[in-house]
Amino acid sequence: MADFIHHLLFGIYPYVALAVLIVGSVIRYDREPYSWRAGSSQLLRRRQLIVGSVLFHLGVLMIFAGHLVGLLTPIALWDALGVPHGAKQLLAIVAGGVAGVMAIIGATLLIHRRFFDPRVRAASAFSDNLVILLLWAQLALGLSTIPVSMQHLDGHEMVKFMEWAQGVFTFRAGAADLIRDVAPVFKLHLFLGLTILLLFPFTRLVHMLSAPVRYIWRPGYQVVRSRKLSPRHG
Amino acid sequence: MKVRAQIGKVLNLDKCIGCHTCSVTCKNVWTSRDGMEYAWFNNVETKPGIGYPKDWENQKRWNGGWDLRHGRLQPRMGGKWRLLAKIFANPDLPEIDDYYEPFTFDYANLQQAGESKAFPTARPRSLVSGQQMEKVVWGPNWEEILGGEFAGRSADYNFEGVQKEIYGEFENTFMMYLPRLCEHCLNPTCVAACPSGSIYKREEDGIVLIDQEKCRGWRMCVSGCPYKKIYFNWKTGKSEKCIFCYPRIEAGQPTVCSETCVGRIRYLGVMLYDADRIEEAASAENVEDLYQAQLDIFLDPNDPEVIAQARRDGVPENWLEAARHSPVWKMAMDWKVAFPLHPEYRTLPMVWYVPPLSPINAAASAGKIAARNGMPDVRSLRIPVKYLANLLTAGKEAPVVDALERMLAMRAYMRAKTVGGVVDEGIAREVGLTAAQIEDMYHVMAIANYEDRFVIPSGHREDAEDMFDERGGCGFSFGNGCSGGTSDANLFGAPPRKRLQTPSEVF
Repeated sequence: MADFIHHLLFGIYPYVALAVLIVGSVIRYDREPYSWRAGSSQLLRRRQLIVGSVLFHLGVLMIFAGHLVGLLTPIALWDALGVPHGAKQLLAIVAGGVAGVMAIIGATLLIHRRFFDPRVRAASAFSDNLVILLLWAQLALGLSTIPVSMQHLDGHEMVKFMEWAQGVFTFRAGAADLIRDVAPVFKLHLFLGLTILLLFPFTRLVHMLSAPVRYIWRPGYQVVRSRKLSPRHG
Repeated sequence: MKVRAQIGKVLNLDKCIGCHTCSVTCKNVWTSRDGMEYAWFNNVETKPGIGYPKDWENQKRWNGGWDLRHGRLQPRMGGKWRLLAKIFANPDLPEIDDYYEPFTFDYANLQQAGESKAFPTARPRSLVSGQQMEKVVWGPNWEEILGGEFAGRSADYNFEGVQKEIYGEFENTFMMYLPRLCEHCLNPTCVAACPSGSIYKREEDGIVLIDQEKCRGWRMCVSGCPYKKIYFNWKTGKSEKCIFCYPRIEAGQPTVCSETCVGRIRYLGVMLYDADRIEEAASAENVEDLYQAQLDIFLDPNDPEVIAQARRDGVPENWLEAARHSPVWKMAMDWKVAFPLHPEYRTLPMVWYVPPLSPINAAASAGKIAARNGMPDVRSLRIPVKYLANLLTAGKEAPVVDALERMLAMRAYMRAKTVGGVVDEGIAREVGLTAAQIEDMYHVMAIANYEDRFVIPSGHREDAEDMFDERGGCGFSFGNGCSGGTSDANLFGAPPRKRLQTPSEVF
């Protein structure tokens, strides 16, 4: 039974979560563009948002980039670059720790504001409340893996997660078995992470897909649209 | 030269009675919705005052409009990187209290309260939090007819360079109304500041709109607009603004605020301008030159060269015809009595204002200041010329003085004609006009018939969409399908769709 649940959560659930993430986001972008927004509540209450939001976003962006590079870069590439697994793990612990602390302080401020400020509370949808709580929990779980990681600084545990993540993305059968014996706190962190991916299209999180980087090289400042039909309409 | 046409607007402040009909009709049509209770696409302020939102004219505080940095135009908020750095939390964004916390009253309490010694009351209740409010402390027009003490109102930015203390005294006080709406600028900062590229200016008529499906709610436009005429809908998380009633304009009808203006102060007409010279005009070194720079890029609709180029650039014939009869052209260019609002923001606004005349001040009425030709010197009017110049010409007084003199001359000329039966060409000549021009001015500005106020060519939708596809469509709607803009959410946090009803189901 334990085998089955482990396989379900880390062998099959990742595909369910990713499929919902991709298909859900595409449907929402196509069918409900009006609902696709960052959902800022700064207008209603400025207090706590400036510090909270900046800390949270910077921290989360760093963590996000760290996970992306750390988990999905092929292990062979790290070896070719001559980066020892232990050094990489230490980098992950230090950088991730700093970013994690920043993000969780920010998230705490934002949670306090969202649940205790009457204006923000009244303007919050269920999904807004849920998503900030889930993110806080995920940050807390992520940070609490640090003491566990400190027990084994040679990086072999970390390699398991890299192989698992890359296994999932390369459709390798039995990828779940690679992380069978890792500490429970890691498993919880993974499960919650996958759940956040699953919920992604139904929350305000979609705004990260619209990060306005295009603005940097948008030519000039002004935007003019003409309503003239293209010539095919004659 | 690239000729573009825009529907411009002039508001004759000399005739505004501050009745707020424009604001109310606009609100009823466009912003009586959740999340937009606090927003007034059109509002009327009593000046002097700090306005709505508080202190909006103070760009040192809000960083709206453009800056000239090393000869190059850049939003005051900063260049593109600087602006994106503000995306997580925007330090230049007003809070809703800077507008006002929208509220209703507990009317039900008046009907349902039990027997008691004291009268039941209807206490204010916030429309944002739903909680009872101890006290309503600010509103969209809190300074109505000089409400509040002078100390607060005198923070008005237009008092710069004016010895304002004396205007706090009862004998010297003055006031005027300032109806405000989106300026549909030629060089809009909101468009420039939008990271998503969702705000755009329409090529055909110059109306500036926000693509609601492309808006991601980064809220930079709210700060970018120096007039604070973009409102963040806190319910939908999208920004909204005055749409210049484009469905009406396309049909050749005036905007709702113009149509319902009981003082008949609003004028709509076509202006042709040179789109290639926008940047040049907005980059004038000295802010006092910006008014003239904007005049310089307007193109004479009677000039054959302009007409030929306009045809090449695709301006329709009925628009060229309308441009030749444009009341906006007459007031801004022929008579020079209309001015842009705060040209120093470098946005090249397209809603212009005729400055108001005012009663002569106490000293003048006591005979201490001499009148010329029976007309008082405009500098003896109650509203200081410098104040009007700060509002309309970035502080340059000469054009405002000329405009006020022309308006006084119009009165003197018409009084001589209708009361004395004398046509006094001299009055007209003294202010640089002919008698015929003064009579035309009187006709357009004083009589202000409907067809003289609104010269609006209908749009050419046949160029823009396949009308066959539009058949059975739901017209103006929010989001996907025929949603009524209600705030309940579906699975994706979007308003649920209403099923399209056929007329037989409705009746």
